[in-house]
Amino acid sequence: MGACVCVCACREQRLEQDRELSSWRQRRRSLHRSLKRLRADLQERLSSLVLWRGDIHLIEGMFGTGILSYFSFLRFLVLLNLVIFLLMFSFVMLPIIIAPHAGGNVTFNQADGQNVCSVYPTSARRGLVIFHEHITDLLSGGGFLEQTYLFYGYYKVHAISFPGFTYNLPLAYLLVTVAYLCLSLVWIVQRSATGFKRNLIQDEDRFQSFCNKIFAGWDCCITNEDAARLKRSSLLYELKTDLEEERIKQKIADRSRKERCRIYTIRLILNVFVIAVLAACFYSIYRATIFSQKAQMEKMVQICYLPSIVITLANFITPLLFSVIINFEDYSPAFEIRFTLMRCVFMRLTSIGVLLFSLWSQITQCKEGPCLCGYNHQLYSCWETRVGQEMYKLTVFDFIIIAAVTIFVEFPRKLMVNYCGCGLMRWWGQQEFAIPQNVLEIVYGQTICWIGTFYCPLLPAICTIKYFFIFYIKKVSLVNNCRPATRPFRASSSNFFFLVVLLIGLALASLPVMVGVGQINCSQACGPFVNYTVSWEVLPRTVSLLPNKALRDLLFALASEAVAVSLFVITCVGMFYVIALAGAHKRVINQLREQLVMSGSARNLKVASSIPEVALSETPHPDCSCPAGCRPAGLTPPPGCECIHEGVNVSRYCEALWVI
Amino acid sequence: MGATASHLGKDLLSEYQELTFLTKQEILLAHKRFTELLSREDKNLPDPRAPTEAILTLPELKSNPFRERIVRVFSTSESRDGLTFEDFLDLLSAFSDSATLEIKSHYAFRIFDFDDDGTLDENDLEKLVNCLTGETDETRLTPDEMKQLISNILEESDIDKDGTVNLSEFQHVISRSPDFVSSFKIVL
Repeated sequence: MGACVCVCACREQRLEQDRELSSWRQRRRSLHRSLKRLRADLQERLSSLVLWRGDIHLIEGMFGTGILSYFSFLRFLVLLNLVIFLLMFSFVMLPIIIAPHAGGNVTFNQADGQNVCSVYPTSARRGLVIFHEHITDLLSGGGFLEQTYLFYGYYKVHAISFPGFTYNLPLAYLLVTVAYLCLSLVWIVQRSATGFKRNLIQDEDRFQSFCNKIFAGWDCCITNEDAARLKRSSLLYELKTDLEEERIKQKIADRSRKERCRIYTIRLILNVFVIAVLAACFYSIYRATIFSQKAQMEKMVQICYLPSIVITLANFITPLLFSVIINFEDYSPAFEIRFTLMRCVFMRLTSIGVLLFSLWSQITQCKEGPCLCGYNHQLYSCWETRVGQEMYKLTVFDFIIIAAVTIFVEFPRKLMVNYCGCGLMRWWGQQEFAIPQNVLEIVYGQTICWIGTFYCPLLPAICTIKYFFIFYIKKVSLVNNCRPATRPFRASSSNFFFLVVLLIGLALASLPVMVGVGQINCSQACGPFVNYTVSWEVLPRTVSLLPNKALRDLLFALASEAVAVSLFVITCVGMFYVIALAGAHKRVINQLREQLVMSGSARNLKVASSIPEVALSETPHPDCSCPAGCRPAGLTPPPGCECIHEGVNVSRYCEALWVI
Repeated sequence: MGATASHLGKDLLSEYQELTFLTKQEILLAHKRFTELLSREDKNLPDPRAPTEAILTLPELKSNPFRERIVRVFSTSESRDGLTFEDFLDLLSAFSDSATLEIKSHYAFRIFDFDDDGTLDENDLEKLVNCLTGETDETRLTPDEMKQLISNILEESDIDKDGTVNLSEFQHVISRSPDFVSSFKIVL
């Protein structure tokens, strides 16, 4: 569009340009324009297919872009889960399903009865099954659900031989696991790339700059009068808080040494207390898991869900505790929020890790010394399915809790606050849509999905449906029950924050998956990896069976330590180079800034001392070719306006002449 | 030029599509909303001008604290009152999703420049902050807070330390502001 800013100017500019061109160039230009128009129409049509566009536009109008970013994050997770599911489905389930129809021959893993490890007692209920037992099975993933496509144990396929080629299912299963983790990583990084660049540039200033708040403070998409009023008050609150924070920072810098020692001791004690609380929570999760595994024989639903209940309780109490503790630690308000949030993130995501660790300690622990099959085959004949069941239960319970809290806590709260004017209700107030806690909830669910997909291949589909419903639950709750938070969450930093937390979740999720795939012996009674010691072994074995010797050697060399170490060294060197470059650029920027300040102050001084040749008068020098458009002092002359006096370009002194 | 009937010509539509950042659907919707604002006599004029009071009734502008400044800036009439359809398209184009940062910051600067002198000085900034927080007494900042805020803003944006923010300094600080693009947006 060039430099023109309005329709008339653009039209004139375009007509002028058209006049100058030859007929061939004109034809090429009109072709170029019609192509652009076609592309714009196509983009418009594609954008109308975007999921939930109308709902999100409505939310944006009522609550602004901070809460909007939560909902577009939710939409992103729905898409991510759908893609992961499609990946899993097309490479693992589809070949099994179409094998009979496409003339393929499925070779199942041999279950030789001699080997005691490969005994897999069926868990299907026999005889007359009471209805509520079906519900129990649905909620706990056991019973009739255990031997279905839902869990790892069902895929007891060695290979599928289609006419023409053989499909190695164990290899596909492993590669799809690696692929979905890498795909998630790439997609998240790509989405956060823009936010990351901005945050890097912004971080050299304060945490939240004032200019950003004032010049970009008003969300022009707000259409609702109430929302506008609330936005005004939240902006006022934010400005007051930030000015207050600046005064506090000044106070902190003025602290005496004695005060500083006192503060540090308090902080140390409180941090130890926080660590003790976390350790207590983790220990209780550990004990609850072991208890529920031991009591699994009774098949009572309450016992099944005990780990999930303990995790949810811990995640409910600890944020309250942290927000109380942080008041005594005397940080600046902005840092307080960040630090509390980091503690909550750590608590939530590590609790899953503790659950898995306690599960694995049970699985690899046998009564008499080291285990015969590498795992406890008496209690866990198919341990991967059990892990999958735990992940399934966590997902289902998470969804039930979110729905139940909305229906049984938020709606009654709104009714009570609106219709019962007593003091307690007024103090409790209307529900605030707390973005950080909501984001942590869904990141927690996504982490479970990433860990569980290896053990429960249909879990991404379940998560897609779950997030789909959560969108509508949250939207209804937001529109009917909530008022915007008093401390607003900025859209830009929130996008970055969501994706950083999601990346932490991904990192924490890949650890258990890697340990499960590479360390623990896979079960001999079920699943695709019956013929291997660990699941990862399928890859080296396939490579060693490749016909091409050179390729084989290359692939083995790539996996060796030499390559890994040199890659690491190269990455480090590259990182240091980029950091050094950034530092050099910062120094150049500072120098240019100083130069600007100096030249600006030079401009404000009387010019007489610096350019004696230029005559000082009321009207510009006759040699000055400034047209009449040169405006009065303070503005730069428009482009194309140059004052030349005795061969020297004195344009920037043009206005100085006017001043005098 | 302009649309007299309630129907926009096809070649005019494609011309507008090229000259602005709006898509065909958005231009047609804008035309519909614009003709709703016109009074019955004005509809038959060759280049009708919607009065400011009618434009300020649009829900997208009604809650905006800068609505009067926006209409003034985009108006091409002598008295800076009322918008023609092309002015209206300019407005929507500058506030659209696909407008460049340069265009947005150029217009934002003109909107925030309350005294139209080409720079943002302390009075402009004070009026700007009062617009944002509200006009009543309990929603204003105290004079001390206002002074602290304005000195912070000038410290961050005034590079040549002349006490005012000119267009290039404003564009520089906007280019580093991550929220600007998403907040300076109106979609009908």
